[in-house]
Amino acid sequence: MLVGTVMSPAVQIENLIKRYGPRVAVDGFSLQVETGSIFAILGPNGAGKTTTVECCEGFRKPDFGVVRVLGLNPTRDGHRLRPRIGVMLQSGGVYPAIRAEEMLRHVAKLHAHPIDPSLLILRLALASAGKSAYRKLSGGERQRLAFALAIVGRPELVFLDEPTAGLDPQGRLAVWDLICELRDAGVTVVLTTHSMDEAERLADRLAIVDHGRVVATGTIRELTGGSASGSITFDALPNLEIDSLRSMLPSDFLVEEQPPGHYSIVGALDPQVIATVTAWCAARDVMPHGLRVGHRTLEEVFLEITGRGQRT
Amino acid sequence: MILAQSWLEIRLALRNGEQLVLTVVIPALLLVLFGSIRVPALGSGGIDFLVPGVMTVAVLSTAFTGQGIATGFDRRSGVLKRLSASPLSKSGLIVAKTLAVACIEVMQLLLISLIGRLMGWSPSGGIGSAIVLLALGTASFSGLGLLMAGTLRAEATLAVANLLFLLLLAGGGIFVPLTKFPAGVRPLLSLLPTAALSDGLRQSFGTSHQFPLAAAVILLGWALVSIICAAVTFRWE
Repeated sequence: MLVGTVMSPAVQIENLIKRYGPRVAVDGFSLQVETGSIFAILGPNGAGKTTTVECCEGFRKPDFGVVRVLGLNPTRDGHRLRPRIGVMLQSGGVYPAIRAEEMLRHVAKLHAHPIDPSLLILRLALASAGKSAYRKLSGGERQRLAFALAIVGRPELVFLDEPTAGLDPQGRLAVWDLICELRDAGVTVVLTTHSMDEAERLADRLAIVDHGRVVATGTIRELTGGSASGSITFDALPNLEIDSLRSMLPSDFLVEEQPPGHYSIVGALDPQVIATVTAWCAARDVMPHGLRVGHRTLEEVFLEITGRGQRT
Repeated sequence: MILAQSWLEIRLALRNGEQLVLTVVIPALLLVLFGSIRVPALGSGGIDFLVPGVMTVAVLSTAFTGQGIATGFDRRSGVLKRLSASPLSKSGLIVAKTLAVACIEVMQLLLISLIGRLMGWSPSGGIGSAIVLLALGTASFSGLGLLMAGTLRAEATLAVANLLFLLLLAGGGIFVPLTKFPAGVRPLLSLLPTAALSDGLRQSFGTSHQFPLAAAVILLGWALVSIICAAVTFRWE
């Protein structure tokens, strides 16, 4: 019980394996979440995100591997863990006949030191919905209530399963603001998402998962700027003849028009390359609209790693 | 925490129209109806025969039918999962549900006793043994209700609970005396928890002032078996 306790991560997963019958949902999953950070688990549908989170919450028992949450074993020490964590379910979890505000106040009463429910009702714009029976709420209202239920118990660590799925832009911003405030108050946040901008906007660190495994992990910067590679993109008239541009650039550059009228130049960027591209445009009297020089986006990294094919 | 959960369960139960009909209106109606008209099939026990039967219906409707259906739908709507992620433990939830059932039963039994008194029911004591029997009956019906809710789909629970409610009403020794049934099935029917509870209550309130031991043993058996089975098979999601 020396420094180890203080420094131990909020969540530690080592080589987690979980099968449902013959199907392997999680296949040797390892990650570590530092206390007081926002950690995003990003992956396509069916990648094992929810199963992993449910193993952390104690809903599912791992077939193999070690899961420690706040230093506790979620399956064995659930009664000690539950008062300290918050859980947002992907759907439901509320009595159909109960009023939204009543449910929130009830769950607050189940905790020792809850956040004032009125505050959450105000921040999440649930005042008018709060008087209605849950079954009459819209999808967005249900989602905001589910988020409020996850944090009302003032948890040290909160698991959010797709917290902004189905929310309108205002709802997303309200939830994002609260998530950042939680982190600033020292709360550890683990969220799953397949929204790139959510992960880019919120996560201190993230893991990209696919087929039940962690395929990449790091900060956004580490994931998107790993190589010197960058991209120049712009929009112009379609069907410019790009072969001449290709011949002016080093041979390992990728130049393409996809979709028509959207041009991208990918390779090891330097100021000379940018000058070459703009000079090429100027020589053809082409205005490069929306000219952007950047690292790869998280989306590009994600698609590169998980593949572009549709999931079935 | 447990009391908050109990109070919520009571409020939701009272807010649910169908359940209210089942737990309050039907027993009261049966009492008034059968108490004011002579139905030959029901025998000639009169109001002293009727009130224990209606009390059994009340306990059956709350502990078995109402609780079974509500718990089945709680599981389907994810409420049980939500609560299992809260500091409320599983045993805490069961205690809370039991307290809620007990509170609703007290209201039902007071109402039935009141209507019964107005219709001329006058028990000669036996309140103590009646309470013991009602508690045992509640335990067995709760166990059976939760066994059903924990293993069947919510809609199947709804159907089975209502079907069993009606079958037991007709053949469970509640209103139709077992002596009206063929001798061959009588011993079997007398082992039903509804028959044990209503006959036990009749004996408690009767003039013999004897504790209905046989009924108590039957109910205890049902309670133990059903609660153990429910605890083993219950699925929370």
